[in-house]
Amino acid sequence: MSETAILFKNVSRHFGDVKAVDNIQLEIMDGEFFSMLGPSGSGKTTCLRMIAGFERPTAGQIFLYGQDVSDLPPYARPVNTVFQDYALFPHMSIEDNIAYGLMIKGVAKTERLKKAAEMLDLVQLPNVGKRKPSQLSGGQRQRIALARALINRPKALLLDEPLGALDLKLRQQMQVELKNIQREVGITFVFVTHDQEEALTMSDRIAVFSAGKIEQIGSPADVYEHPATAFVAGFVGTSNLVTAEVAQRITGTPRRFSIRPEKIHLGKIDQPAPADSFTADGVVRDVVYLGLYTRYLVELDSGGDLVVVEQNLKTTSMDVTKIKHQKTRLAWKKEHVSYIGDGNA
Amino acid sequence: MRSKPSEPSSARASWALKFGAFGALLFLHVPLWLIFLYSFTTDESAYSFPPPGLTLKWIPKALENSAMQDSLFLTLRVAVLATAVALVLGTLAAAAVYRFDFFGKDAVSFMLILPLALPGIVTGIAMRSAISLLHIPFSFWTIIIGHATFCVVVVYNNVVARMRRSSPSMIEASMDLGANSFQTFWHVVLPNLSSALLAGAILAFSLSFDEVIVTTFTAGNQQTLPIWIFSQMLKPRNRPITNVTAMLVVLITALPILYAQRIVSRASDSEGGSK
Amino acid sequence: MLNKISAFFYRRPRLTLTLFLAPPLIWFLVVYIGSLITLLVNSFFYLDGFTGQVVRQFTMQTYAKLLQPTNLQIFQRTTIMAILVTLACVILAFPLSYYMARFASPRMKTWLYLAVTLPLWTSYVVRVYSWKLILAQEGIISWAARLVHLDGLLNWYLKNEIVGGPSLSVSPTGIFLVFVYIWLPYMIVPIQTALERVPKSLLEAAGDLGATPAQTFRTVLLPLTFPGVIAGSIFTFSLTLGDFIVPQLFGTSSFYIGKAVLTYQGTSNNIPLAAAFTMGPIVIMIVYLLIARKLGAFDAL
Repeated sequence: MSETAILFKNVSRHFGDVKAVDNIQLEIMDGEFFSMLGPSGSGKTTCLRMIAGFERPTAGQIFLYGQDVSDLPPYARPVNTVFQDYALFPHMSIEDNIAYGLMIKGVAKTERLKKAAEMLDLVQLPNVGKRKPSQLSGGQRQRIALARALINRPKALLLDEPLGALDLKLRQQMQVELKNIQREVGITFVFVTHDQEEALTMSDRIAVFSAGKIEQIGSPADVYEHPATAFVAGFVGTSNLVTAEVAQRITGTPRRFSIRPEKIHLGKIDQPAPADSFTADGVVRDVVYLGLYTRYLVELDSGGDLVVVEQNLKTTSMDVTKIKHQKTRLAWKKEHVSYIGDGNA
Repeated sequence: MRSKPSEPSSARASWALKFGAFGALLFLHVPLWLIFLYSFTTDESAYSFPPPGLTLKWIPKALENSAMQDSLFLTLRVAVLATAVALVLGTLAAAAVYRFDFFGKDAVSFMLILPLALPGIVTGIAMRSAISLLHIPFSFWTIIIGHATFCVVVVYNNVVARMRRSSPSMIEASMDLGANSFQTFWHVVLPNLSSALLAGAILAFSLSFDEVIVTTFTAGNQQTLPIWIFSQMLKPRNRPITNVTAMLVVLITALPILYAQRIVSRASDSEGGSK
Repeated sequence: MLNKISAFFYRRPRLTLTLFLAPPLIWFLVVYIGSLITLLVNSFFYLDGFTGQVVRQFTMQTYAKLLQPTNLQIFQRTTIMAILVTLACVILAFPLSYYMARFASPRMKTWLYLAVTLPLWTSYVVRVYSWKLILAQEGIISWAARLVHLDGLLNWYLKNEIVGGPSLSVSPTGIFLVFVYIWLPYMIVPIQTALERVPKSLLEAAGDLGATPAQTFRTVLLPLTFPGVIAGSIFTFSLTLGDFIVPQLFGTSSFYIGKAVLTYQGTSNNIPLAAAFTMGPIVIMIVYLLIARKLGAFDAL
């Protein structure tokens, strides 16, 4: 369980002048569900493709289970990929699609069709073997692509934004299923996505990418509660980034910090400060009632705004809006503060 | 009030419009029907209308004519060889243009369309002057050189269009699943291209079979079938045989084209497998 | 082992590209482009009248020959024919294209499209030949003229110097009819495509604002389909310019460009002059293509 599955040493990938991937160090452990999260163009997909073998690093080395794979073509690597557009072979039946990898290896027909049927059971589509890909829906094709990759028992499975084309309900359902399959099969999953909620839901660890570099690697809780850079604070959840100048007035030290909106308590203006907390006074500028919770925008006396989110445990909707234009005192525990270093702005 | 854009409103098509449309259609097809008609006329030397009588006797006579047979076989051999060369060169070129970016790519794509874009007479006389400059005798092979050149264009267009419609990750998926380039080509690329290759081959074959302008310039003493028909037209002997031959040519060239169109349209229906 | 070979090429994309591109590229450069260059070079040589040999020296005298009145006339004759053929094709193509684009059901449209393109794929020689049958003196047109007692008119028409000849089968009118027949499908297809792209709502809007059908046609439909017309005209113009078969079969002794080229390079072995003549259509077509591109025809193709 603690073997290193994938190792990146000083890996870069340049396209002319563009540094798609800029000197990355990365270590993915065997058996974990590892997500690479970031906006488009951040380099996450390029890294995935380098693991698969579709791109060669301009510099650095990539190791798969201890083996340097820089010179290995994709068909020689012990990993398989689930593509964003699924890439099912339109001229083959579903079961032939799934059995493709085994066919290439020379497995006999009865044997490989039997295994394909097992995979269809795994992805819960037991009866579609004889059909063609064009006859299936998007969600179904996605599962076939998954089956086709897993049948070869790769040491690691690479998934390139596989849920992007699905509608919300289906996507949420697939997230749970993918996680279950990963636990059942027990192999390493490397999952690329731009959806931070998806990454938080499924991952054991997340690497947050921006402009070719990794901003932070950590568990979902790490990344969310203790963002290392302003980018991570802003990309994962709402950031509430407080500048050094304003921080000076609130905390007494001119260190930039980030505080998550649900950690802030909205209280009366003359309320005494709780223990181990920072406080800041301000005026409520905006109130948005969202059923489950309410979102407030508070303009601080010290400068800047903070977004505050509170669950609607007690109030009725009308009460909530009454607070608009009122003065309020915000309070939050000191331990919930994330100081943002001088990393990427 | 908005009406659906694809709703036909046949009620409103004026009779004048229908007359014009139908007239143009007749104009296009009646001459061909007349050829069929004249294949059966009993009139031996003139094109009199209406035909004095109908007979089947010209058909066997035409099929036995040795000059016609020679030119037919020559035309078939040229077409087959030219198509074969075109399939190889056209597919290679299409693969290069589709898969790679390289210096001068636009110029190459443009060049690959020229043989059909410029009038045939340009290609014809250009080749003729080059061939005679190199003192190469005009022969079967010079005809093929000319035909293969414009056949490549047809194959290239078909294959490139098909490639552009397919999912780019399919080749990667195949390699990811363990297949090397050769296996990928055999199991994934070739089946997907098959409809385009077949359609391109049929079109190239018909193009070559029918070609007369470039062939006039690049042939020596050989006569392909179109050239033979053309020469017959200049000397009005053997008219009935020419008629029957013309009818046979229509059948040989038109039917495969119909077939090719059906293949292409059916293939584009079953494309899928990606989102 | 195939895997090793495959890996070798996979690691070297540039080598793979060269392997793919080289055969067709070499063929094209040597065979096709080489021929075109030879042609161009030839047009700058000249034929020595005395020796009958081509003199390989750079000169403009062959081009100067093009400016002689007889040769200019050839250009003029061919160009006028090309223009007339193009116009006739546009007029004939429009009703059918309009019907196909606006009034035909999808199934009907497929059949109509097939009906229009089928003649294209039928042998060119055969289609030209069919008009030999039609235009013959004893053929169907004369028969029809006699039927409606218009044969007197037909004979009077044929006596005309400019458009007539010994018979319909040997006359500029005959040439004209055959050209229109042969190239018509090339004009129908782009026009029909352009017509289909005009959203129905535009025509309805025009009607809503008070335009009669004729006005709508003139002010809305025609300008929008103009690029399609230009696209089709590229074909009809260029094909007419270069053709020698039709003038040979249906023409009087007067020369058209195609026939001139064939004669000069063949019997007189005057390749430089033939080459110079060929430059004519090439230049005309390049200019035409540039104008057409400016008018947006290429988007309609």
